[in-house]
Amino acid sequence: MVFEKIDRILEEHEYKHSAVISIMQDVQGIENYLPEDTLRYISEKLELNLTRIFDIATFYKTFSLTPRGRHTIRVCSGTACHLGGAVKNLEQIQRTINIQEGETTDDRMFSLETVNCLGACALAPVMVIDEDYYDAVNPGKIEKILSPYRLEPEV
Amino acid sequence: MKQIKTISDLEDLRKSILKQRDPEKITIRMCLSTGCRAKKSIKVISALEDELNNQGFQGKVEIKRTGCHGFCEMGPIMVIEPANIFYRQVTSGDIADIVSETILKGNIVKRLLWKDAGTKEYTKTERELPLYKKQKKHLSYNSGKIDPTDIEDYIAADGYSALCKALSAMTPAEIVETVAASGLRGRGGGGFPTGLKWRICSTAPSDIKYIIANGDEGDPGAFMDRSLMEGDPHRIIEGMIIAAFAIGAGQGFLYVREEYPIAIEHLSLAIQKAKEYGLLGNNILGKGFDFNIAINKGAGAFVCGEETALIISIEGKSGTPRSRPPYPAFEGLWEKPTIINNVETLGNIPQIILKGADWYSNIGTSTSKGTKIFSLVGKVRNTGLVEVEMGMTLREIIFDIGGGIRKNRQFKAVQTGGPSGGCIPISKIDMPVDYDSLREAGAIMGSGGMIVMDETSCMVDIARYFLNFLLFESCGKCVPCREGLKQMHHILTNICEGNGEKGDIKALTELGHFMISTSLCGLGATAPNPVLSTLRYFHDEYVAHIYDKKCLAGVCKNLFEYMIDETLCNGCTLCKIRCPEKAISGEKKKPHRIDTAKCIKCGICYNSCKKQAVIVI
Ligand SMILES: Cc1cc2nc3c(=O)[nH]c(=O)nc-3n(C[C@H](O)[C@H](O)[C@H](O)COP(=O)(O)O)c2cc1C
Ligand code: SF4
Ligand code: SF4
Ligand code: FES
Ligand code: FES
Repeated sequence: MVFEKIDRILEEHEYKHSAVISIMQDVQGIENYLPEDTLRYISEKLELNLTRIFDIATFYKTFSLTPRGRHTIRVCSGTACHLGGAVKNLEQIQRTINIQEGETTDDRMFSLETVNCLGACALAPVMVIDEDYYDAVNPGKIEKILSPYRLEPEV
Repeated sequence: MKQIKTISDLEDLRKSILKQRDPEKITIRMCLSTGCRAKKSIKVISALEDELNNQGFQGKVEIKRTGCHGFCEMGPIMVIEPANIFYRQVTSGDIADIVSETILKGNIVKRLLWKDAGTKEYTKTERELPLYKKQKKHLSYNSGKIDPTDIEDYIAADGYSALCKALSAMTPAEIVETVAASGLRGRGGGGFPTGLKWRICSTAPSDIKYIIANGDEGDPGAFMDRSLMEGDPHRIIEGMIIAAFAIGAGQGFLYVREEYPIAIEHLSLAIQKAKEYGLLGNNILGKGFDFNIAINKGAGAFVCGEETALIISIEGKSGTPRSRPPYPAFEGLWEKPTIINNVETLGNIPQIILKGADWYSNIGTSTSKGTKIFSLVGKVRNTGLVEVEMGMTLREIIFDIGGGIRKNRQFKAVQTGGPSGGCIPISKIDMPVDYDSLREAGAIMGSGGMIVMDETSCMVDIARYFLNFLLFESCGKCVPCREGLKQMHHILTNICEGNGEKGDIKALTELGHFMISTSLCGLGATAPNPVLSTLRYFHDEYVAHIYDKKCLAGVCKNLFEYMIDETLCNGCTLCKIRCPEKAISGEKKKPHRIDTAKCIKCGICYNSCKKQAVIVI
């Protein structure tokens, strides 16, 4: 299943070596992370050295080599958000769900990440859960923001 | 669709588009860019459509889905034309009133007007807003007005006329010289003269050349490029095509950061439409000129905004900078002569070609021409994008346009230029904003981030923040940057944690100068700027951190305590209820108190207290 999808992505990019970053971005879209098997598969199909693939996968921040949780929390740590108190918000999230930045909760509910800037600096401090934006966040709002996601039934 | 082959084809098309339009027709311009979308403007617009249909307004009222208006903080934003009524923070719940009052009867819904937090006055129209009044919107003119997904909207607003002029009435050399004479300098950070760069590349001997538009916008806290790409994508594409013709490039690349999905979507659509209309692809405008554009998504590496790293990234490798020379204009992508320009730089090209170098060079100062879009954010009252003439003073931008500091606090500094820039103090508030003045003040123009700070901002923390950012983003290829950043960050972290020592300031200064002179690329060579500029203007704050162990801005956790000012506290109990550590005691209507032993300094009480009775000591 997954490999079929990867084949389609490879074809779209005509197996071009220069497109390897775009290919990996698209492939990551399938499972939200890049399993090792997938990287090996891309390497074989493109006939491109596995070290180069790993080099790219670890150099660019967008790639994740471990599975993410059902919901990804991204806290903006850009300058405007930092000034607005992003660190205190991040700490409050860490206390609330008991994980550090870059980790996923044991129940695979949440992953926590920071991003450099989301381009919504006028709404600082900003955080995004999956596709939902939250603006002017402060530590007191965190619990209220997170709780609906916990209640959401599995799909 | 008939392809555009000549200027008169374009003129005919423009006339026929304009003929179908009725300037008196009620048009609702609603922002669907990142900021407003984050505030659910999509939901609002569908509620608006439903309500208009229910009330029998189909076809009588036009809804225009626009890009960013610049006042994102007040989103979702709606402007109703021709009366120019400006509504802010519109929700689906407001739609019924807007339709029954404003659309039907022409009445204003007062609660949706913008209200000045200082004077408490309401503003009715968009053009009277203080944020917009002193602006000169040349570059961002279309953004917020046209539908960026509709090429005909751009054409109706004179779009692609510059391209027609360039291809049919100018030689490539004339284009290069026009851009040179305009005095345009790069908007990506370095401020290199654009015409000069093009001249070098146009004379480089090669059959194959490339043009790259840099839309990586790495400066955290700045979003002018995002807004331009989302709100007026054809302007950038038109600029790229003209640049390609001028230097003889057949292929262009648009490198856009992945965090900007709407920009990527709008640019992709714009490329596709431009092709359909014969403005991109083979034999453009029947002049035998072929040019195509591909989009590359950045993958979350700040250093890839640097031109040589970006080029390597497009080649499909991990993007680490290489030393220059050779400059990309001689040897760039796949070792071919390549022009790399910021997207805002390219966005300036159509108007320069259309209105002439003289028109452009009359705007701005003697060495900084034209207008510049700034992202005015932080502790300023009106935050957003502002396009102003080069040379306007910081005071005008921050106080007249930005409305001064929030909550009546004191201005402390403004940070420009992002991680490569510096902090400018109140004593320099009357300086003109141009490339050279900023550099003299120890900051830089950078890409246009302008972050305003007040007394709750710690200057040592800001310096540490930028170093932390760069430490993470440094590619690690060269030693001064890799090790220098680590050392400087280590010292600053110690200072912020209360472990600062004598000699730290001297060490920071020396390391900083060393990094500036020895790093391979701009990242390392400018990284010490935030530290050196804060040391220069806020030396006392470093001293307070190192020797008195105090952070009076209330940022560095080990160096302050929260306390409740008993003369201000009215005993509302809000802080006590909200404190997650049960560190606050006190009875209703009596002054409350914080047990500092239990307090974890989460800041909840500080943010919740309506009397601002929670203070930092
Ligand atoms: C570390 C680093 C990051 C940069 N990031 C960007 C960026 O995000 N966007 C940009 O346009 N230029 C960026 N630049 C500047 C580019 O290297 C290059 O000078 C610019 O794109 C040239 O375009 P211009 O002449 O139109 O300004 C960066 C430079 C450095 C050293
Ligand atoms: S200065 Fe820093 S980012 Fe630039 S090449 Fe050196 S290590 Fe890499
Ligand atoms: S800062 Fe947080 S923990 Fe400390 S008193 Fe205030 S609410 Fe309680
Ligand atoms: S700094 Fe957070 S969105 Fe830009
Ligand atoms: S995103 Fe709507 S005004 Fe900027």
